[in-house]
Amino acid sequence: MREETVYDALDHAHGGEGQWAFGTGFDEPLAGVDTTVPTGIDPADLGEYCLMLGDDALVLAQRLTQWVTAAPELEEEVAVANTALDLLGQARLLLARAGSVGALGRSRERATPSIPDEDALAYFRDPDEFRNTGLVEAPGGDFGQTMVRLLVAATVRLAVFAQLRTSRDPVLAAIAAKGVHELTYHRDHAARWVLRLGDGTPTSHSRAQAGVDAVWPLLAEVFSPTDVERRLTAAGVAIDPAGTRAEVTAVLTQVLEQATLRVPAWPADVPPRGRTGQHSPELTTLLAELQGLARQHPAATW
Amino acid sequence: MSTDLTAEGGHGAVPTGPEVPVADQPAVSRRDWPLYEVFVRGKRGLNHVHVGSLHAPDDEMAVHAARDVYTRRNEGVSIWVVQAADITASSPDEKDPMFAPSGDKVYRHPTFYEIPENVPHI
Repeated sequence: MREETVYDALDHAHGGEGQWAFGTGFDEPLAGVDTTVPTGIDPADLGEYCLMLGDDALVLAQRLTQWVTAAPELEEEVAVANTALDLLGQARLLLARAGSVGALGRSRERATPSIPDEDALAYFRDPDEFRNTGLVEAPGGDFGQTMVRLLVAATVRLAVFAQLRTSRDPVLAAIAAKGVHELTYHRDHAARWVLRLGDGTPTSHSRAQAGVDAVWPLLAEVFSPTDVERRLTAAGVAIDPAGTRAEVTAVLTQVLEQATLRVPAWPADVPPRGRTGQHSPELTTLLAELQGLARQHPAATW
Repeated sequence: MSTDLTAEGGHGAVPTGPEVPVADQPAVSRRDWPLYEVFVRGKRGLNHVHVGSLHAPDDEMAVHAARDVYTRRNEGVSIWVVQAADITASSPDEKDPMFAPSGDKVYRHPTFYEIPENVPHI
């Protein structure tokens, strides 16, 4: 059977009611998944680790969303929004996993009972309870800097997720397996823009180089494991970020050199900051925008 | 080609963007980017179908943009893009000489045959 258009085919696949455009599949994020924690894994550590990975995605998704209605091109605006939605999906699964092992902090006290765990974690935690790194919370700058940061963040995250596919926590392993495809595209898309801006006009080159220079210092804490990550790495659950350094530096060096951009000196490692709840004031501003509606009108629907 | 710069909401051609995303940036000209026509083959479709058009700086980015604009809802498994300028089309002025002669050739339709009930796909 052949449909007239791909949209007919899609409509057919979704029951032919013409409502696929409104979205499908908004079930419980972990519906049907066995969330039992395998023996030998500390649930508190696992929850904390899921918050780290989930918050990285949530905060970067919010930063990218800020380009919507402001992107330089309509086509690119859709691309950036798609990337943000992919990351939001990853955040939703990871925060749901954190909630399933009881890593809810004070959020559960603040959120009304009808609000699901992942929404309570996203909307009802204060900045000091977030576990994302500074790499994703820094303001995005111009389009060049946004693409450089996306390239760096996607490269780091892809290196972690690729190894996380064999995590001893099957839920984490499944989330990673799904995310690898998305992150591969994010990294590729950002790299294509960095190549074109770096090897483009004198203006685009200087802006891209300024973006690189602004983003590079944010790598200082990225390769420093927390105690939680150390313990979970030993237990076969997590990935020590220090182990991703070689891949990350090799990929970034390759892209920048091909883009005729100068690779700045790699910053010296500093102890984890964001992962332990130490954040810049910019996160407070970002979360005010992200959380304002949910806090003023808890459990609102429209 | 039109030189109207305001028609598409001030999207600039070179994505240099504002320092702060909300700031207004004067448009250069999005028409520096060529127009591409996009064809997508759906999961259940046999052939690529025209789904729309977009602007992109080059062929590779056109495929990327097409993926993001036209296959967001799991529509496709294959994408073709081609610069609109590379398409040779029939002219509306030639409509009658081109198409009218086939209008009264009923014998070109396979309507003079009995089709057996048990023959599918016809």
